[in-house]
Amino acid sequence: MSTELKTLQYNANDIESFSKEQNEPQWLTDVRMRAYELVQTLPLPKTEKTRIIGWNFTDFNYKTQGREVTNLNDLPSEAAKVVGAEDQYAAILVQHNGHKAYHSVSKELQDKGVIITDLQTAIREHGDLVQKYYFKAGKVDKHRLSALNAALLNSGTFIYIPKNVVIEKPLQTVYFQDAENFGLINHSILVADQGSALTYVENYVSDHETIEGVANLLTEVYVEDNAQVKFGAVDYFSKDVTVYVNRQGRVGRYGQLEWAFGQMNDGNTVSENVTELIGEGAVSHTKAVSIGRGDQKQSFDNYIVHIGTNTESNILIHGVQKDQAKAIFNGRTKIEHGASKSNGDQTQRVLMLSEGARGDANPILLIDEDDVMAGHAASVGRIDPVQLYYLMSRGISRTEAERLIIHGFLEPVVEQLQIESVKAQLTAAIERKVR
Amino acid sequence: MPVPNLKIEDLHVSIEDKHIVKGFNLEINGGEIHAVMGPNGTGKSTLASALMGHPKYEVTQGKVTLDGKDLLDMEVDERARAGLFLAMQYPSEVSGVTNADFLRTAINARREEGNEIPLMKFIKQLDKRMDLLDMDQEFAQRYLNEGFSGGEKKRNEILQLMMLQPHFAILDEIDSGLDIDALKFVARGVNDMRSPDFGCLIITHYQRLLNYITPDKVHVMMQGRIVKSGGPELAEKLEAHGYDWIKEELGIEDETVEA
Ligand SMILES: Nc1ncnc2c1ncn2[C@@H]1O[C@H](COP(=O)(O)OP(=O)(O)O)[C@@H](O)[C@H]1O
Ligand SMILES: [Mg+2]
Repeated sequence: MSTELKTLQYNANDIESFSKEQNEPQWLTDVRMRAYELVQTLPLPKTEKTRIIGWNFTDFNYKTQGREVTNLNDLPSEAAKVVGAEDQYAAILVQHNGHKAYHSVSKELQDKGVIITDLQTAIREHGDLVQKYYFKAGKVDKHRLSALNAALLNSGTFIYIPKNVVIEKPLQTVYFQDAENFGLINHSILVADQGSALTYVENYVSDHETIEGVANLLTEVYVEDNAQVKFGAVDYFSKDVTVYVNRQGRVGRYGQLEWAFGQMNDGNTVSENVTELIGEGAVSHTKAVSIGRGDQKQSFDNYIVHIGTNTESNILIHGVQKDQAKAIFNGRTKIEHGASKSNGDQTQRVLMLSEGARGDANPILLIDEDDVMAGHAASVGRIDPVQLYYLMSRGISRTEAERLIIHGFLEPVVEQLQIESVKAQLTAAIERKVR
Repeated sequence: MPVPNLKIEDLHVSIEDKHIVKGFNLEINGGEIHAVMGPNGTGKSTLASALMGHPKYEVTQGKVTLDGKDLLDMEVDERARAGLFLAMQYPSEVSGVTNADFLRTAINARREEGNEIPLMKFIKQLDKRMDLLDMDQEFAQRYLNEGFSGGEKKRNEILQLMMLQPHFAILDEIDSGLDIDALKFVARGVNDMRSPDFGCLIITHYQRLLNYITPDKVHVMMQGRIVKSGGPELAEKLEAHGYDWIKEELGIEDETVEA
């Protein structure tokens, strides 16, 4: 593949008629059309030490069938596995190949005016609200992949928590794909209005047997003043699905955003996580674990921008690389001029299990203000053969010993995850990946 | 079960091309406890590590059988499942893995899939043995050896010994760094294992531990091999007079493996 980009198989007319078919408002069609122009001209993201040229971001079907079910038990089993028990969640929304498959919202949420629905429905029923937030934290023109997301959008979720509404049980969305060559072009928006609080979990899963595909995911999270959001995500796409995922958070005065990520994809992945701490006293903590295996290549970028005074951030990342897997963990903490008394800290640790595996941790502090605190720690190492020997000397097989060491390595992050269901899902995903 | 038997013949071990164990011979049967004593640097830990299969140590010559099976042909984990246990002089630390999870994994490694040890049974066994060793219950939930003091690590090695019930154990300097109370608890653990189905090799350079665990045979190791053997009285003589008289008797000037 010598050309930089495999050509997109859709032209402006296709996109316009797709938009019309769905009765989208003109503003959304306009965003699509402008984005389509940008897809032609913008470059791919600049990933550190990872060559993504030639990865398939563009060759896929974006129109396909999903199946609606009335009972969670009727979901495909890979999807059912990650859907939580209904009584543990305040709302569950399952989307299958970009179509709503299951939707349940507790009466409490409905009474409190909470919106959680697929994006298409939200655009129809709450168009102004969607427009107010659509691509405000995220940027259409960031690079070719963000433009692609805006042009070819075919899936999404919209969540709105009104002012001062506090929800105890988590909300969950599950995106499952099993159609050959499907491209999930997803845009989700979560708005926690002033003084509200919620826990949200999103899961991406693809059928692990058969399919090739593409996933281009953008999630915007707006934490307004004094709101609190615990945001958990477990990504588990199979090895022939190329993934671009951008999670974009914006935090207002004394708002708090807790990110918890399980980055368990088996295929090539570009992941961008951006958090802007805009208001005074805004706080964000990021915790992520990942396991790379096979010959997958991954680029993770965690970018925190301190803008308000007295803002606080912390990044804690542990990644394991097995087989021939390669990954770069970029951590960027930026403290803007004027963000005095802010505190940004990051720790990234990478454990490599084999000779062929590669992991890099790349901590960067960008500081334009004097009166701040910032720190970073990074370590990259191979599994200790003496530790392995010690475990094996008790009769534990090499595979099992590695499994224990991996769990142990990820444990300090997993243990701190504040969402029980994410913890449980992650432990299960880790178990699947280390076998 | 036939009587357990560990037989070491003309064993030679090198590390990084340095010849350290030089023609070691010893046979131990179930029911016997042997002590190998010797000053520092005479190759005792090298012997123990080579028997367990430490990746850094290379056996260059000799033969070792455990119950008639070729031990040196086995992977480390196979040696353990064949019944060998080594209480290490310097146990590793494994962060994020609790002592209890580790022990349960090790026990289940010896059992058929689907026949894992029931959790309650495991906890009961663990409690009982921690009591006997005077270990605080919290050690079950602590990460494996992480932040343990020297003495706590030694006790933890004996706890593993008792939980895994091997039929041969090598205890490498299990007494070093222990105060007299801890030493008694460790000895109690080892004595608890004593039976016709259990053989043991205690490596030490002090006689102290042998006051609590009476050995059947005592061997002195110098220059990478056994230079003298005897009964428990040999250990007492070493305690009273040191090692110099042996060196004189055998005409050894430098007892270490460097010689
Ligand atoms: N890991 C090692 N690397 C290099 N040399 C070693 C290593 N382990 C042991 N040796 C060498 O072997 C000699 C014997 O060591 P060791 O078997 O630990 O003796 P002992 O246990 O009797 O004190 C040491 O003096 C040292 O020179
Ligand atoms: Mg030693």
